[in-house]
Amino acid sequence: MASEYDGMWKGLGMDLVAHDQLLGVLGQGYTDVFLSQKDRPAGMDYFNFVMSEVHGLRIKEILEAREQGEKVVGSYCVFVPEEIVRAAGATLVGLCSGADFAMEEVERILPRNTCALIKSSFGFKLGKVCPYLESADMIVGENTCDGKKKSYEQLDKLVSNLYVMDLPQTKSDSARAMLKAEYARFAKAMEELTGNSITVESLKQGIAITNAKRKALHRLAAIRKADPEPISGLDALLASQVSFYDAPVRFTQSVNALCDELEKRVADNVGVFPAKTPRILMTGCPMAVPNWKLPWIVESSGAVIVGEESCVGERGIRNLTDDSAQDMDSLLEAIVDRYFKIDCAVFTPNEDRAEHIIQMAWDYKADGVIHYSLNFCQPYQIESMGLDARLAKEGIPYLRIETDYSPEDAQQLKTRVEAFVEMIG
Amino acid sequence: MVFAGLDIGSRSMELVLLHEGQVVEWRKSDTGYDPLGQAAGIMEGLSWDSLVATGYGRKLLAQNVEATVITEIQAHAIGARHLFPDCRTILDIGGQDSKAMALLPNGKISRFEMNDRCAAGTGKFLEFMASGLSQPLDEFGAFALSGQPGVSINSMCTVFAETEATSLMAKGCQANDIALALHHSVVRRSLSMLKRVGLNPPVVFTGGVARNPCMVRLLEQDLATKLQVPEQPEMTGALGAALYGASKAEAHLTASSADHAAGRPYRG
Ligand code: SF4
Ligand code: SF4
Repeated sequence: MASEYDGMWKGLGMDLVAHDQLLGVLGQGYTDVFLSQKDRPAGMDYFNFVMSEVHGLRIKEILEAREQGEKVVGSYCVFVPEEIVRAAGATLVGLCSGADFAMEEVERILPRNTCALIKSSFGFKLGKVCPYLESADMIVGENTCDGKKKSYEQLDKLVSNLYVMDLPQTKSDSARAMLKAEYARFAKAMEELTGNSITVESLKQGIAITNAKRKALHRLAAIRKADPEPISGLDALLASQVSFYDAPVRFTQSVNALCDELEKRVADNVGVFPAKTPRILMTGCPMAVPNWKLPWIVESSGAVIVGEESCVGERGIRNLTDDSAQDMDSLLEAIVDRYFKIDCAVFTPNEDRAEHIIQMAWDYKADGVIHYSLNFCQPYQIESMGLDARLAKEGIPYLRIETDYSPEDAQQLKTRVEAFVEMIG
Repeated sequence: MVFAGLDIGSRSMELVLLHEGQVVEWRKSDTGYDPLGQAAGIMEGLSWDSLVATGYGRKLLAQNVEATVITEIQAHAIGARHLFPDCRTILDIGGQDSKAMALLPNGKISRFEMNDRCAAGTGKFLEFMASGLSQPLDEFGAFALSGQPGVSINSMCTVFAETEATSLMAKGCQANDIALALHHSVVRRSLSMLKRVGLNPPVVFTGGVARNPCMVRLLEQDLATKLQVPEQPEMTGALGAALYGASKAEAHLTASSADHAAGRPYRG
């Protein structure tokens, strides 16, 4: 299938045949999962459009800006401080990793028992199918879980522009000092990459843009406390996913426009599911595009997802960055404060996460919690087992799911989820 | 009114018809490669007022025949509760999956665990091993009971367990001793699932594998409690499905007679 973007993709060194395949699967999946939903808010049209142009128009836009000298930074983790990237006048994009690709080649580099997310990121590189990856001037890897930090050693052999950010594993004072030092080093690297110096002004500007995006997503999250639910969990997840690629200011406006419509729905008591539909809080590993398998199963099993405790969800955007300081060092301190609160399972101990899950279950009036972890993801799997007793004590029904990106287990997952919904309904 | 319950498992399917709370008909057949055709066969010549389908083929059926669907987990819970009103825990081992459920005092499920990804701990495992030891499946349990303890199979995985069994035979172990060890392997798997849901007696054992006397004996030994086993353990899911249909109809009737009492027209 020839596309008007073929030339652009070719210019990026992509494999057009493989990429066509990927787009085919993505398009079909999107139609089945999203477009088939009933009573979608009109505000989702924007997100449909972004998704349909996610490898097209958005890339064109990015490349045009790049010609004007704007650098592109790709990231795999919400610990990469967006404020600093924006302050240097660069664009930040999330590198999604939500589908299996070129698995045979990947498994020549990484062991089979590596999580699907990591394998996918390699598959996209080896298969030459991700235009974001190919247009990035810098790819930032971070030392989080063992799987990621060791695989970056291998990724470094495949790309020429990998920057590895070291991250702490505890929330001690020395860990915080280390995070600050790493962010300072990163700020310098960004200045070198872009040739722009980061000033108090530009950093404040970076914080403002990023905070506005987070606030819009907070607004969306708050609306989802309503019953009947005015937006499906899938659509809300999509908005979070799109936040990783889209131009931030336009994204913020679109989320706010969507929220205007949803607030009206709430006032009129209009929902996408009937009132009293069993409400599920999802928690666990991040869900990157196009990994919609589990949410789709949940929402086609008679339940609605009311929140995501995930990096593509509330964990990624919970806190704002304080922008009141007037000097570089204090602004950097504020950024460190903000990111240091992220309760990712690679930290030990990580009690905050359990607290947040329970708090969210109450806030969103969830009838049950489903924990999603990828196979072989030790940090989240181990935490998911500990949560068992914790949630039982609170009387919150809980289901643990371990899966990957393959469609093979969909039927079994469906039975499990349906039984859970029957149980809490 | 007649309520039908159909449990379409991956290996076999069962049908139960209920009339005034009594089972008036039950049938059983293999699922084979054409579940819809087999279902049509098993339902031939029968009629009912409501059909509830469960099991892995439930969706497929409901796409082709008017039926309500519930999961096999709920169906087993309802069926087991009906047969043994005081039961608190259920172990179901079918042809290709196994599950454990804990019930609340009101009969609702409080927790469940499922193994549906591999043959370990299911009827399939026993079937595979019986044929490996050249024993008819129906008698495999009794055969294993004649074995002596002392041999052990460490792996729960079908492939590795078979390798272990073969090497035990090469060492001159008796086939019935090996069979006993293989049953122990399935029991170990079931126990870990039961423990995860809590394991409060009385425990009901359902599914086709509950017909296997060696499984019942070993589980009772390890749990130090007597198991309650339905007369037709493989029918429990279908029975639960039929009962579910009956309870829905009853709820509906009560609601509509309340409508009547309030002077509202019957809303169908
Ligand atoms: S789960 Fe942890 S490692 Fe993964 S994106 Fe979130 S913060 Fe980063
Ligand atoms: S899902 Fe788990 S194993 Fe995979 S990259 Fe994230 S933290 Fe690491």
